[in-house]
Amino acid sequence: MSQADILAPTEEKGLWRSALRSPSFVVGALLTVVIILAALVSFVWTPYDFAAQNIPNKLKAPSGANWFGTDQYGRDVFSMILVGARTSIAVALIAVGVGVGIGVPLGLTAAATRGSLLDEVIMRGNDLVFAFPALLIAILITAVFGPGAVNAIIAIGIFNIPVFARLSRGAALSLWQREFIMAAQVAGKGRLRVSVEHILPNIANTLIVQITIQFALGILAEAALAYVGLGAQPPTPSWGKMLADSQTMISLAPHLALAPGLAIVATVLGLNLMGDGLRDVLDPRLRRSRQ
Amino acid sequence: MTAYLAGRLVSLVASLLVASIVIFLVLEVLPGDPAQFILGMNAQPDTLAALRTQLGLDSPPLTRYLDWVLGMLRGDFGISYTYRVPVAELVGQRIGVSVPLAIYALALTVLLAFPAGILAAVKRNTPTDVAVMGVTQIGVAIPNFWFAMILVLIFAVTLRWFSAGGFPGWDEGFWMGMRALTLPAIALALPQASILARVMRSSLLDTLGEDYIRSARAKGLTERQALWRHALRNALIPVLTIIGLQFAFLLAGGIIIENVFFLPGLGRLIFQGITQRDLIVVKSVVMLLVCAVIVVNFLVEVSYVIVDPRLRRR
Repeated sequence: MSQADILAPTEEKGLWRSALRSPSFVVGALLTVVIILAALVSFVWTPYDFAAQNIPNKLKAPSGANWFGTDQYGRDVFSMILVGARTSIAVALIAVGVGVGIGVPLGLTAAATRGSLLDEVIMRGNDLVFAFPALLIAILITAVFGPGAVNAIIAIGIFNIPVFARLSRGAALSLWQREFIMAAQVAGKGRLRVSVEHILPNIANTLIVQITIQFALGILAEAALAYVGLGAQPPTPSWGKMLADSQTMISLAPHLALAPGLAIVATVLGLNLMGDGLRDVLDPRLRRSRQ
Repeated sequence: MTAYLAGRLVSLVASLLVASIVIFLVLEVLPGDPAQFILGMNAQPDTLAALRTQLGLDSPPLTRYLDWVLGMLRGDFGISYTYRVPVAELVGQRIGVSVPLAIYALALTVLLAFPAGILAAVKRNTPTDVAVMGVTQIGVAIPNFWFAMILVLIFAVTLRWFSAGGFPGWDEGFWMGMRALTLPAIALALPQASILARVMRSSLLDTLGEDYIRSARAKGLTERQALWRHALRNALIPVLTIIGLQFAFLLAGGIIIENVFFLPGLGRLIFQGITQRDLIVVKSVVMLLVCAVIVVNFLVEVSYVIVDPRLRRR
């Protein structure tokens, strides 16, 4: 590990400048901002009421009046995509929050008590959750507890916990060997205070990069659950559900399958590109392998 | 090595035990009364009582758990409530779709990823590299079920080269079976190939920077010879690990794709079990898939350590 890690927080301006020079960060951040704006705008404005049916106007191809066309009930697809962005973002973001909120404290605890029974129990538990086929178990959880956005969040969130626990433990372990941490301990700070005041701020960059990546995976997982009917329930529109509904009409109205799919791809692509760009800027240790 | 293997075996068995306990708790204890769950709210009291007896619900949960696990070890997966046949028989029929599909998809993944990853690494920082990496970046972002729908739209609905779904069975001949599995396998392979190509590229770039490659060049090998004789072989170790993990993923990950194409595989069996509330089928098939994934992961890890003894201490 290099001096750059300690100096990083004082180089905020330089960070921004190098972030804006990274094409993947710029493209990714733009895509992400557009999608988040779309979700926010949908709270105050959509071209049509997303739930309003207009049967005579059904299955219309994209036009000036309905930018993305209409579905089999004559609902405006563009409005549904806007509102669907809310669902996807909310579910994926809260699921990441669950992973960070539980995983990071677990990882920091494991690192602070390295080699203890507690460390062993936490890490073994993580290995176990990692070994489960995530989507399968998520389907199981939502099937038993009933489909819905909250259960989808729990199902996706559980699998974010070991990701953040492992990451923060690994990053924290190497920090515990460093002089400034020892100095803090000599100054009389307990392990908890050192973890919160010194370790956490220093692993924040690594965490931010992982958060964008898990956010993207969460969007994909939410779409998959919604597609099989285990996500947010009607009338709440969600991209995955829209894809499922479009499937039987794919030869009549292919535009119905295109719009939600492209929305998912744009969101995931944006987040992944942004994560790549951020990693190059924030986490110099990982830069080597990407050259 | 023996001590290491013994340790890994103990944790393998522990993982399987905990997995079975979790599945049992989620499916049998949390829903309250499984018989009520299977039959729904309007069940007749005598039907309920009969099902409770069939499920052995009169005995305590621990006994039921032990019966289930010991039964599975003997190959007895219980009798499906909806199909009225042994679950083992259903699994036997459907494993012939799921496992070939996973192998087919994995083969396509490797065929796509190796050339793409090697090309990107060799031509690093050129437009070719940027293009390959751009395509893989999009490939990672595409949900496989949506890609499947697009494939159906193009190759089944419009061009009519393949059928949009269903499986004729292997009795119709090997090629008919493979044909039915082709679109699903492509849909599964694209995101996985994108991931693998990226791993291949970065792994190869790492080894190309090693001292022994410089030595090989110094002793007179051309860049191409150094690549094929030395770099590629060493770069394969992390790549093979990912391939192993991807196979485990594809085994369980076909679950949604099988539904898109109406393939009678294990994933579709689980879904039918869920919609028909056939907990007996769901419980055993999920356990079987989880077991397969955990065992494949274990084999990957062990073989990795055999190849690279430095990894024995974690």
